[in-house]
Amino acid sequence: MSLMALSELKIGRSAVVEGLRLPDEVQHHLMHMGFMPEARVRAVRRAPAGDPTVYAVDGMEVALRQETARWISVREAEEEAR
Amino acid sequence: MSDCCATATIEIAATPRVAGKIQTVALVGPPNSGKSTLFNRLTGLRQKVANYPGVTVEQHYGKLSGIDRGDLTLIDLPGIYSLNTHSEDARVAVDVLHGRMPGAPVPDAVLLVLDSLHLQRQLMLAAPILALGLPTLVLLNMSDLMETRGGEVDTLALARELGVPVAKISATRGTGLDAIKHFLDQKSEPVKAASPRLELPVMGNPRSYRQWATGISTRTKYKAPISSEWTRKLDSILLGRITGPLVFLVIVFGVFQVVFSVGLPISNAFQEFLNGAGNKVGVVLGHGWLESLLIDGVWKGVSAVLVFLPQILLLFLFVGILEDSGYLARAALIADRVMRAIGLNGKAFIPLLSAYACAVPAIMATRTIENKRDRFATILVTPFMTCSARLPIYMLMIAAFIPNKPLLGDFFGLQAAVMLSLYVLGFLAALATARLLKSSILKASSAPFILELPQYRVPTARSLGLRLLDRGKVFVQQAGTVILCVMIVLWVLSHIPFHADLPQSIIGHIGQWIEPVIKPLGFNWKIGIGLLSSVIAREVIVGTLGTLYGTDPATQSLSLQAALRHDLTLGGAMALVVFFAFAMQCTSTLAIVRRETNSWKWPALQFAYMSVLAYVAALATNVLVSRFF
Repeated sequence: MSLMALSELKIGRSAVVEGLRLPDEVQHHLMHMGFMPEARVRAVRRAPAGDPTVYAVDGMEVALRQETARWISVREAEEEAR
Repeated sequence: MSDCCATATIEIAATPRVAGKIQTVALVGPPNSGKSTLFNRLTGLRQKVANYPGVTVEQHYGKLSGIDRGDLTLIDLPGIYSLNTHSEDARVAVDVLHGRMPGAPVPDAVLLVLDSLHLQRQLMLAAPILALGLPTLVLLNMSDLMETRGGEVDTLALARELGVPVAKISATRGTGLDAIKHFLDQKSEPVKAASPRLELPVMGNPRSYRQWATGISTRTKYKAPISSEWTRKLDSILLGRITGPLVFLVIVFGVFQVVFSVGLPISNAFQEFLNGAGNKVGVVLGHGWLESLLIDGVWKGVSAVLVFLPQILLLFLFVGILEDSGYLARAALIADRVMRAIGLNGKAFIPLLSAYACAVPAIMATRTIENKRDRFATILVTPFMTCSARLPIYMLMIAAFIPNKPLLGDFFGLQAAVMLSLYVLGFLAALATARLLKSSILKASSAPFILELPQYRVPTARSLGLRLLDRGKVFVQQAGTVILCVMIVLWVLSHIPFHADLPQSIIGHIGQWIEPVIKPLGFNWKIGIGLLSSVIAREVIVGTLGTLYGTDPATQSLSLQAALRHDLTLGGAMALVVFFAFAMQCTSTLAIVRRETNSWKWPALQFAYMSVLAYVAALATNVLVSRFF
């Protein structure tokens, strides 16, 4: 169980959101997209240019740039990693 | 984040604010919930589009004739995730729902559309909507898809939990719409019994909404459907490291090629048809000032703008297919890295590309960019892209002044090189302007790039058709108002005093009067008149120059190309094409920018900026070319 930024999550791995450190309005938007503390997030794939990254959260796929994802801290769920 | 009281709830009595008959119904729902499709179903073709006063959010409304309730008005609110007023869309939605939006009727009932494929998340919007206390019907859209993919929900339990009726529908198939009619018929009777009290989460707190929504979805035995295998498989190709960019380029060039190779001939044929129709009416009217005003002034001017309609519709057909199928979001994802380098985001790519055909549909296509600053920056740089209306003057001047020396074998000559450099010049101007804007007046707000990737869907002919109709109507309305006024003013200026030739008219005098200003660019008064007349549309200058040189005894016997060579230096000719690369000589674009930004400030700024840039660049070109060639 290690704490890290969502942007560091490897493709195919899942993690649980710990918290968001972003301006209020951005945080609200992201939370409504499913990036809520305790929500499970999986890094699905990176765009061909390497950024943004597509994350599966709450049955939906959402792409975030590295500059945004680095402010979302997550705990990697190691037992889930396959 | 501060989150002290997530479990607390407040009680709100769901009493309707307006008792008695309902007249106006608001359609509310998150983005991608299928709300627009439902709106089209319910209102049919009789819908109206306008901008809300003071904001750039579009207002769609229509009569509920799709379910035989033509006496009721349906207002389509912008797609929102919450009533949190950080975004302009949500602010508009809140104002309309509270009846505070000037010009919009106060809604008496709400239809809340939720995507049943992602019900748990979408339920978060239900809390603030139910708290409004208006009679509400919750519509679980795409329920057919949910069920075929193994999802389920107990709608009766959900209705009990929410305290309002719930119905399963499919907007694409048109099933379940009876429930809406039934709900509205029932609510049209005066309301008697007090509604049950409802437990709602703490307002404005996403975490408490979330817990509330999770609780409800557990109690109603909601089972989310398995996400489609298709989408995942397609994405591994369409977003693949090598295949992704490849498919992207094929699609982009394909669209571009079709708009040019199919659109241009259609536009030309349409132009001939419009001219023919004008001439026929002209014969009926006979010769006189009325014929001249109506045919030469109004009709020719308006048809110079209308000829773009086929290309605009064709482009919108493609953008519509890309958007409805879900590919547009993927294209934005692929293009984001490149677009970011110039301070824009991936969603600006398709609009900028469309601008190579015509800036008008490109500017209308910027709607997909949610971030307002990014959207405005895109709108402001779009007219720099080399649109097809610049080609006539480019081709004329290049053919007249540039010898076709081969540079790279027979395929690539000097003429092609000059043409290509004009395209590059426009692109560079767009880049530089975007950077300038994003580091000054449109400095990036904190709103980040958050892109939802919807599942792939097959676009329906119905929704594509309605979109074309909608965009076509907006364009023609512009042509019918702003552009018509400009035409009439220009005609009057070029026909007073009566029976005078163009050089003796007011506009001719203005052309001669501004000659000292444009002389340093290597232009004479004839070019000056051409510049003034082409404020309507860029291609008009070719016709104007044809008329001017045709009536001048000195150049009468020459072809237009020979006449230009007789009258202009190489420096002046090149300065003219550079001027056209930068200048905002297009009334349609100005009118559309005004509409999309809902203010004259932006088009005025854009016109001034582009004109100054065009003047300076043309001056530099004339000086440099005259010195070195």
